[in-house]
Amino acid sequence: MANKVIYAVYDDPEQLKDGARKLVSAGIRVKDVFSPFPIHGIDPIIGVKRTRLAIASFMFGITGTCLALLGIWYFNIFDWPMNIGGKPSQALYKNLPAFIPVTFEFTVLCAAHGMAITYLIRNKTLPGMPARNPDPRTTDDKFIIEVRTADNHGHEPQGIEGLLQGTGMVEFNERAC
Amino acid sequence: MNFTISKRARTLSMALIGIGAVATLYGVLTDHSEHHQRTWSALLVNGFFYLGIGLGALFFYALQNATETAWSVLVKRVYEGIMSWIPIGAVVMIIVLAAGSMHIHHIYHWMDSSLYDPADPNYDPIMAGKRAFLNQPFFWIRTLAYLATFVFAASWFRKQSLRMDQETGDSLVRRMLMNYRRSALFLVFFAVFSSTLAWDWLMSIDAHWFSTLYGWYVFSGMWVSAMITGVIMVLYLKRKGYLPQVNNSHIQDMGKWVFAISFLWSYLYFSQFMLIWYSNIPEEVTYFQDRINEHPVLMWVTFFINFAVPMVLLMSRDAKRNPRFLIGVGTVVFIGHWLDVNMMVMPGAAGHDFHHGLGLLDVGMFALFLGLFITVVFNALAKAPLTPVNHPYLEESVHHQI
Repeated sequence: MANKVIYAVYDDPEQLKDGARKLVSAGIRVKDVFSPFPIHGIDPIIGVKRTRLAIASFMFGITGTCLALLGIWYFNIFDWPMNIGGKPSQALYKNLPAFIPVTFEFTVLCAAHGMAITYLIRNKTLPGMPARNPDPRTTDDKFIIEVRTADNHGHEPQGIEGLLQGTGMVEFNERAC
Repeated sequence: MNFTISKRARTLSMALIGIGAVATLYGVLTDHSEHHQRTWSALLVNGFFYLGIGLGALFFYALQNATETAWSVLVKRVYEGIMSWIPIGAVVMIIVLAAGSMHIHHIYHWMDSSLYDPADPNYDPIMAGKRAFLNQPFFWIRTLAYLATFVFAASWFRKQSLRMDQETGDSLVRRMLMNYRRSALFLVFFAVFSSTLAWDWLMSIDAHWFSTLYGWYVFSGMWVSAMITGVIMVLYLKRKGYLPQVNNSHIQDMGKWVFAISFLWSYLYFSQFMLIWYSNIPEEVTYFQDRINEHPVLMWVTFFINFAVPMVLLMSRDAKRNPRFLIGVGTVVFIGHWLDVNMMVMPGAAGHDFHHGLGLLDVGMFALFLGLFITVVFNALAKAPLTPVNHPYLEESVHHQI
């Protein structure tokens, strides 16, 4: 039997949540949910793991701090010591307060850009990447639950449709994949 | 559900008051500084620190109203409780300032009228130049205007909040919108007063010195102390079984405020320090020379506690959702900001009487004030239902999830 992918279309995120809850409690794995905006509380329902983006962002930030201090040390202390405002640059720690603003800004720059780019790569939504959205209407006013039969052996599409009957589902589409 | 003060809390606050009073008395009796300057300085530190917590809570409360924030509605009674300290803090400030005016102590050097008399050997042309602002009548007009505004605003907000409990429907929404407008108006006054009160009560101790950033720096310290007090109070109440609807998301958001305002404080503290350090102009740099040369450990420990501790320990989401951890870090940073007020006041106010640093007197007075503060705030909390009965955003706050 060919594997199929099932799209259950909803008009309302709360009804979608009910539907997703029903599927999960029946032991069906929900592959993904598509929505025009983030739905509060959907992650724990469909078992999305907590994002590690914060950790990545912290790493980018620390990298920025280190790079900035290394750069400042090389330019201003090691390679070409300068006497600015009566403060000769003999050691990094002695002039540290003057270097903090740059270090801070570079940390923020690296953390913010690193985080944003990681996010876009991880979501496969970098500019120019092909859209993976199953239905363009989910960028407007529709909400879709995606279930793959390959993940859910023993569950027929008809059974899934039956489960979702009465949860406010407006369309039920199957596609071969 | 109404809050009843547990026997243990009552005993603990009484013990704090008792031990604090004994230590303070011992400190006062062994205080051989001229005019008991050291004691008066300690009173100023604690009077201001605790009043600042009340003001920070009042500011935050008005901010929540003015931005029509929904999530914090569930915990608004806690901030109303903290605000109830303001009248007492105001009285302490008036006592300290009036004693200065009557030359019982000389914390405020500029109150000496001989500085302004060209014929007098004490004549100080710099101080004479500041006389348009730093003169006693104007100083008292300002001080009383600040305190009257704060006491009035706090009691007004509280009254409105209690009235909302009795109302429903249109009149409830109307009252919320009135709160919204009055809070916005209050914030305008607070924006000015928070800066000028810092100049008047604290910066004028070192009357020759000035810093344009000082007002914000003092304000951010008050704000973060209030945020810490708020979150610790909520966690305590929750542990006692009150505030059942407050969930992890509320706690995390309150933890975020502690984290964020710690950064604001650090940012302002460092901005003030770095510019003065860099330009190294004699009349500016004296302020930090007094502190770095005489009290290097206290100065750097204060900065470290108030910056690095919340930054590293409260960064992760799990930390902000862990009550024990949050209480621990909060307590440390709370003490850090008390030390910070000491660093603002003591080197200028007590001078060489502060050479030995903090002592039993300071710690005792801190405990005495803490005991009184807890008693007053808990009594205010016990007077009204801890969870607001009616508020247009109550339902939204109950379902707060981040």
